Amino acid sequence: MTSQPHAPAQAPSPGTALAVAVRHVDKAFKLPHQQYHTLKERALHPFRSSTFDVLQAVDDVSFEVAEGEFFGIVGRNGSGKSTLLKCLAGIYDIDAGDLHVNGRLSPFIELGVGFNMDLTARDNVMINAIMLGLTRQQARERFDDIIAFAELENFLDLKLKNYSSGMTVRLAFSVAIQVDAEVLLIDEVLAVGDASFQQKCFAEFHRLKEEGRTILFVTHDMSAVERFCDRAMLIDKGKMVELGDPTKVAHRYNELNFGRSVTHLAREAEERFGDRTAEVLAAWFENDQGEPIVELGHGEVCRMCLEARFNEAVEDPVFGFTLRNEVGTAIFAATTDLLHGPTGSFAPEDRVVVRLEFHNWLVAGTYSVTPSIARPGLGADALDLRADLAQLIVHGWFYTGGVTNLPHTFEVTRA
Amino acid sequence: MSVADPTVVADRRNYGPSAFGDDLRRFWNLTLTLAATDFKLRYFGSVLGYFWSLARPLLFFGVLYIAFTRLLGLNKGIPHYPVYLLSSIVTWTFFTETTGGCVQCLLAREGLLRKMRFPRLVIPLSVALTALFNLGTNFVAVLAFAFASGVEVRWTWLELLPLMALMATLAVGIGMLLSALYVRFRDIQPIWEVLQQILFYGSPIIYVATLVGTKAGIKWQHALVTLNPIATILTQARYAFVDSGAPSAAAAAGGTVRLLIPLAIIAAMFALGLWFFHREAPRIAEHL
Repeated sequence: MTSQPHAPAQAPSPGTALAVAVRHVDKAFKLPHQQYHTLKERALHPFRSSTFDVLQAVDDVSFEVAEGEFFGIVGRNGSGKSTLLKCLAGIYDIDAGDLHVNGRLSPFIELGVGFNMDLTARDNVMINAIMLGLTRQQARERFDDIIAFAELENFLDLKLKNYSSGMTVRLAFSVAIQVDAEVLLIDEVLAVGDASFQQKCFAEFHRLKEEGRTILFVTHDMSAVERFCDRAMLIDKGKMVELGDPTKVAHRYNELNFGRSVTHLAREAEERFGDRTAEVLAAWFENDQGEPIVELGHGEVCRMCLEARFNEAVEDPVFGFTLRNEVGTAIFAATTDLLHGPTGSFAPEDRVVVRLEFHNWLVAGTYSVTPSIARPGLGADALDLRADLAQLIVHGWFYTGGVTNLPHTFEVTRA
Repeated sequence: MSVADPTVVADRRNYGPSAFGDDLRRFWNLTLTLAATDFKLRYFGSVLGYFWSLARPLLFFGVLYIAFTRLLGLNKGIPHYPVYLLSSIVTWTFFTETTGGCVQCLLAREGLLRKMRFPRLVIPLSVALTALFNLGTNFVAVLAFAFASGVEVRWTWLELLPLMALMATLAVGIGMLLSALYVRFRDIQPIWEVLQQILFYGSPIIYVATLVGTKAGIKWQHALVTLNPIATILTQARYAFVDSGAPSAAAAAGGTVRLLIPLAIIAAMFALGLWFFHREAPRIAEHL
């Protein structure tokens, strides 16, 4: 699907021209405890307004993006990535540091800013194009291309308020893409639009990249980061945490985001069955090195593990795992009953660790495992079963629409 | 992290938002586009767009005319008083549209300010430009009325252009100040409404400057025309446009040199507005 890009590095290789250089940029917001908006309030409480919190939204961030690079910026909500983007876009002033952008920059921070619902698409396109930096002449010249890309030839003289939201977004995207910017800032705009238009957008980004444009891409979608970005950066609490290989950045992001949730899963309303003759103490995922993991790449080897303690003597208990996806569909289930045979006899206070190793052919998504221990037999007589005890995030670039992507080969023969 | 050769990067140190931006052509393009859009929306948004924009000053004129001419007899001894009244009201409407419109203009365009990089001054200027378009269309009615009333057509009518330019300078100066202040203090709006009322009666709109005579040994007329730039402009407009027999601004102020004071006030107001707006511009998006 993608050609794996050159070995990504901390900095663009020397010699290439820089499109964006950010050096030790700081940006803080003063958050007054109570906002005073009127003179009267200010006059009545002349000193109170001086108490405020300082929110360091961007804290000493430095990075460089070479010309023609597809650079990802990822981070959780409130991590400062949007603030950073707004600083780059020239909307916010920075407190300290240096910020250089080489060439015209087109921000896709929100599409269709300045669209007026009472005007026709024709007028709006002209206005938006001028807002984005084209001259009237250029806007007129590109008008046809813009409309053609948006596939809205038949709705030119319709007022925008009569457009569907998808049509509006298409129009806005088309305008933004036609503004010959050398640097594009894209802030999660692709979350809108239907699947075919999204596909078209990505194709367009690819084309722009081939043309040598520089793209800065802010997103939550790790698979998109791995698919498109040459390099990426992870920002958390205003600080840069990771810079470089998109896969590595995606791993760190998932750890940051979901790393905590593994321990949090022992929630109060836990779904738990069984007479506790044996107790599942913990469940986790680990890689083939035996290291606990919370996320995993597609195609890698993985183990589901459980640790249990026996309260009474049990002969040949059946250990099992069930893997479910986000919507709760059981994707995979296995027990020792059929494959392993007798598991042995356990005395009270015995502890056991059970591991199930498998090749991860799952598509990107979040999965949870339900470990169980049952009496021998059908496996229905549960000693302990703890639903969704551990989570695993799978990432990869495969979007097939299926729940797994099995290793496969194609053979096409003319019959 | 390696620091690359800084010459590789085109230097744009003052990268953040500013009042003017770095491309005057784009600045002008944007101002014009925003103003033209507003103007267009006003005229095509409703069926009788032009009529409504004229109706307001005309109705205002009608009420004032009846009240002050028929009831109070303010027009006594003033040739073409109705023409003076109408032209003053239209000029005053331009002033209030600009300044009043500027107060909340930054808030109204919050979406643009928070999402796009463009020179911040574009917004108040586009408000002023829209008001200027309106002044132009309204003046068509004034001219028609002047013809109909039998006002003598003279070359001095051209003096209206620099006079309106002065008016625009004053209005834009105040507008810039108000718009930037409003971002920090929301009660600028009622304050300005009150000040506007005071200014309305403090300017020779329903009366003429010469009506303010000398009382208690003070030449109030001189004071008015000297200290209120709007009075200076309207008085000179009366002389140039309505009635050549009326005193010029210089005569009403009591000396040509004294006209430097209202000119200085206009220049100072403009400079103050520009300075303050320029200072606030980088932070407008975050203070909103």
